[in-house]
Formats: sequence, structure tokens, C-alpha cells
Amino acid sequence: MEARLAPPQRLHALTSRSERIASATFVLPAVLVVLFLSVFPLIVSLYLSLSRFQLVKGGFDIKFIGLLNYRKLLFGSERDHFLGVFSPLSPLTWLLFGAVVALLVVALVRYVRSPEFSIGGLFWRLISAAGFALIAWVVVRTLLVSGRPGTLVVTLVYVCVGICFQYLIGLGLALLCVQQIRGRRFFRVVFLLPMMITPVGIAYSFLMLTDTGKGPFKPIWVAMGLRDFSWVSSPWGARAAVMIGDIWQWTPFMFIVLLAALEGMAVEPVEAALVDGATRRQIFRYITWPGIFPVTTTLILIRMIEAFKIVDLPNVLTNGGPGTATESMTLHSYIAWRSQDLGGSAAVAYLLLILVTFVCVSFVNLVRRRATEAV
Amino acid sequence: MNSFFRRKSIYVPSPAGRFFSYMVLVFWSFVVLFPLYWLVVTSFKLPIQVDSGPFYIPFVDFQPSLDAWRYLFVNQRDDTLRPYFNTIAVALNSSIIALALGTAASYALTRFDYHPKLGVIGLFIGCVALSIVAIWLGGPWQIIVVAAIAVFLLLAQTLAKRFRRALGNSDIAFWMISQRMMPPVAVVIPIYVLFQRLNLLDTYAALIITYVASNLPIVVWLMRDYFQSIPIELEECAAIDGASRYRIFWSIVLPLSTPGLVATFLFVLVFAWNEYLLALFLSFSKVQTMPLLVAAQNATRGPQWWYMSVLILVMIIPVIGMAIALERYISRGLLVGAVKG
Repeated sequence: MEARLAPPQRLHALTSRSERIASATFVLPAVLVVLFLSVFPLIVSLYLSLSRFQLVKGGFDIKFIGLLNYRKLLFGSERDHFLGVFSPLSPLTWLLFGAVVALLVVALVRYVRSPEFSIGGLFWRLISAAGFALIAWVVVRTLLVSGRPGTLVVTLVYVCVGICFQYLIGLGLALLCVQQIRGRRFFRVVFLLPMMITPVGIAYSFLMLTDTGKGPFKPIWVAMGLRDFSWVSSPWGARAAVMIGDIWQWTPFMFIVLLAALEGMAVEPVEAALVDGATRRQIFRYITWPGIFPVTTTLILIRMIEAFKIVDLPNVLTNGGPGTATESMTLHSYIAWRSQDLGGSAAVAYLLLILVTFVCVSFVNLVRRRATEAV
Repeated sequence: MNSFFRRKSIYVPSPAGRFFSYMVLVFWSFVVLFPLYWLVVTSFKLPIQVDSGPFYIPFVDFQPSLDAWRYLFVNQRDDTLRPYFNTIAVALNSSIIALALGTAASYALTRFDYHPKLGVIGLFIGCVALSIVAIWLGGPWQIIVVAAIAVFLLLAQTLAKRFRRALGNSDIAFWMISQRMMPPVAVVIPIYVLFQRLNLLDTYAALIITYVASNLPIVVWLMRDYFQSIPIELEECAAIDGASRYRIFWSIVLPLSTPGLVATFLFVLVFAWNEYLLALFLSFSKVQTMPLLVAAQNATRGPQWWYMSVLILVMIIPVIGMAIALERYISRGLLVGAVKG
């Protein structure tokens, strides 16, 4: 991954025996625990995704069927559910898709001309670009007028919108909270609260709050003439409700880590810059931002991994509806699993794993590498 | 007028800035607190008061009652308190273990160079997979584990010489975080079967091991950034003075990274505290945790909002206490002045 990055800081080479032993005792317990619970589930669910699971008299029966589960999702009867309904090709589709491809090509050309060019690097970048083009193709085709996004695109929308809002709000609040103002401890603790509620609980609370009949916002619904309107019946309304719940819940995560990073930063450079007459924007751009950039990339990576697994909110709030409009990939997998289609469920989960791995590896290579190099 | 926009020092805002800050902070506090307020109010309502429309202020809009609280803590006392203690035990234990293992690994990944050989890794995974399959098929697990370790030790030397291609530190870190990418729905059945074979279903051990494994990557990743920001000079000084690696880690690095440790501990605690899906599979009655109890209030007669609100509130009180107690450690200036010149 980032193997060619700046070498880790070290005191002296691992020459002494005690250092070698220390290096092993520090890392081995963690590696072993993670390994213990990772290899086996991966293998078993891979096998499940390649097979058909059926309940038969007195037990169950697992039959190997090859890639059929995947074919069903990508090309067969489940395609509309998973990828979505494609809108007919229009000039707008080509325009948007062309723009994405042009951007990717420009990035590739810039890489080829840069001094760090290597064949291996180009190979991975080509794969990455092809992957992004493919995702862009699906997104453009299904999100435009007559298309209907499937669970794949809905999940991507949740992840992108959610992380953008959470990060911006979290950063803004953290910047306000490092100031020495009265009551900052109160605000800090209050802002943490949403993260501490169990996700299932949050989902039910939001179900209660968004109820147009007996929820607290009923007067507002009535005043807007929406009394009998149920937000659940409009696809984007329902998706917005899910996203608001998600943003409400996870902004604290961004907030607290950024706050700790900001608090941990040395004061002297900022004071020196102030003496030299730097503006606040310059201070943020050249001192604060580089300081929190590494943490930012870690945060976004962790949130991205978690956000792809969003399941409680859509499940409780809308049950994936109307139709499958708010269904995320994890919920898709969960629903398939509930209806005892273990193979289909595992196949969706594996596709999600591939998608997350692809997005995260690209993110680490393209963004995080730059972050750790810059330090 | 000029002083209205001028700030005294970098961390003390100007009066105008302070006004703006308070506006934003109070607004977001309202956004955060309103749903919680609604939970509090709902927990004091009777079913009829919830169903007949929104009532906002107790004693003014409606007569509050303690029915829901009494039902859960008097009539159903054991059924409520047992999950509560289970949650506390599981969350605390698992997050302390995860923090201990994770910080050590994270420190090591920022300060040592690791070059695990691909061949050895492959061999190790092969041994683990084979032994798991053997246990799955019903072999006695003690013998299988010993046999697997023997095979691994025998072959490790030769294989290490054959396949020299090695990985780096960041590969290890990325491998760790990639363990969280699998959606829990897909992981849960294999884990269920695994613990069933080990006869650990419905025990604390099963939940704690699972939570430690799933939270470790987060600890490793969050702490890595904090450790990287600690000046290496301090450790060099200590090393010159003859401190051992463990001593440096324990007496210098850990105290200096307290803010990061506290924030990380809070997360891991919260994740373990609130976990739902894995608990649903790994616990039945003996070690049932609170999130399961909350979800169970959505009974056949529709969600029991009043009980649910009580449970959610009871669940967050200890975590809030923890957050208030730990908040002051996330403070500035721990590093200031540590490095001179």
C-alpha cells in the first residue's frame, strides 16, 4: 500500500536482541487477535457466496453453484435492485460521463509525465481509473431523470453526502471549541452525546421525531400543508431522513478527533505567524490545515469504512422503502439473509467488500500518501 | 469599534467572533439536545399521551407519569438490570483490552521497521485455515492447535528462504483496518459457528473477543497519528539514559499521548457499548446486552416508545459520565515546552 512512504522514525537499527524481542511483543498480540477472527469468516462467506443455501427437512443443504449469485446481481433478475434501472442514453449522460473520463485521463497523463512515473504505478492507476469510470457510469445512468438508483448507488450517495457534511460540521465546531470561551466544556460534552446512543436507539428516536401524525414537528407539517404527507413516500425525502440521522449521529466522531488534534498542536508557530502579521486565513491554510491533514485522512478512511455498512437507520426508519429507494447494500444483504437467501446475501456482502476495498485503497494511495509525505 | 473585531490572543476570540461562536454553538446544541429532550419527555408519558399527538412540556401539556420507569425497574427489575451489567462488563473489558493491545501495536508500527515475509504469512494463514477446518469437522481442538503450531515452526524457516518478498509497516496497518470492511451481516454467521464449536456461545468471552478484534484496528489507526506527532528526541534522550523500550513506551510515550488515548478509549467504549448485530447472534439470555433490549421493545403491538425511551436514556447516562470525567484530559499544551531548541 503505502510501503514506499517516509520511513518510520526510529531510534537506532534493530540490532540488539532486546529490541527485536520488544518489536515482536508490541505487535504480535494485536495481529494474532485480529487474525483469529478474520481469516475464517472471510473464507466461509466466500464459500457461501458461491453456493445456494436451502432449508430442507431436518436441516439445511448447501450446494455449490459457482458465480451464479454474482451473475444474478450484476446482469440477471436482481440487477434493477442492485445496480438500479438505467435511464436511456441521452446527450446529458454522455456529457457527464465524458467529463469524468476526461478528468481521469488528465490525471493519468499528469502522472505519466511526472518524475515518479513507473510501470507498476501506471498499472495500478489504470485499474483504479477504470474502476472509477465504471462507478461513474452506473451513477450517471441511474441518477438521471428516468433512472432509478439501486442499492449500490444509494450506498455511495449516503457515504459521500454523509462524510462531507459530518466532516465540515465537525471541523467547524472543533475550531469554535478550541477557542477560550465560557462554557466550552459544556459544549464539548453536549456535542459528543449523539455518538453515545446505540444506533438502533437513534433509528427509533428518529422514527418518532419524523412521524407527521404525533411527532414533535407536527405543527410545522400542518403549517406547511403536509399533514397527510408522509416523507416516507417520496424517495429523496426518505433518503434525506436517513442521511440527516446519519449526520446527526456521526458528526461527534469527526468533532472529537479533530478537537483532540487541534488541542494537541503547538501554540508557538501560530503565535510567531501572528507576530509576523499573518491573517487568520493564512494561519489556517499554512499551519492548522497541514497539522490536521493526516488525522483528517485517517478519519475519513475510518468513517468511509463504517459508512458503507450503514444498516440500522434505513432498516428501522423506512425499512428500505419506498420500494428499495433507501436500501443500502448492507441492508440489501441483511434482507436477503432474513429471507434465507444466504448465498445472495454473502454475494452482496462480498461485492460491498470489493467496493470498499477498492475505494479505500485508492484513497490511501492517492490522498493519504500525500498526507504522510507532506509531514 | 476597532477593538470589537480584534482578538486579544489566538485562542481568545474578539467580541464579534465570540457572539458568532455562541450563535453557532447554541444552535448545534439545540440540534443535538432536542431529540434527547424528546426521549426524556416520552419516557414520562403514558401510551395514550404518546398516541394522541405531540405534547411538549410536562405539567403544562400533559401530566407526567412514572409508569414506564416503574414497569422496567420495579416489575421487570431483573430483566432490565442483568443486560445492563452485562453491557458494562463487556464494554469495559473489551475496550481496555483493545486499547492495551492496540496502542502497543500502533506504537510499534510507528517506531519499528517490520518486514514480514510473504511466504511465512501465507504459511501461517494456511495453518490457521487448515486447523479451523479440522476443528469445524469435529477434531479435538487441543491436538489440532499443537499440530498446527508444529507444522508452522517446521516449515517457517525453509519457506522464509524461498519467498523473500516482504511487506512493510503500512501494509500491516492497512491489513488491520481492512478487517472492518466486511459488513457484519456476512461475518456474523461464521463467527457464530466458530464460537459454537468452541462452546463459548452466550458467554462474556465470546462477546469480548469479538469486540476486541473488531475495535483493535480503530485503536491502531487513531493512535498511529498521535504517536507520529510525538517528538522522537524525547525517546532518544531516554534511550541514551538507558531506558528500555518498554520503559520509554510506558513512562514517556503514553503520558504524552493522553489526549489521543482518551479520545480513542471513548470511541472504542462507545462502539462496544452500542453494538447490536454481533450481540444478537452471540448472546441469548445470560449475556444479553442493552441494545438488544432496546430493539426488543418493538413488539408485535408496534414500538413501545415509552419503554424504549427509558432504556435509551439509562444506556447513555454512564457513557456521559465517562465523557465528562475524561473530557479534561483532552486538553492543549501537553507537548508545549517538552522539546527545547
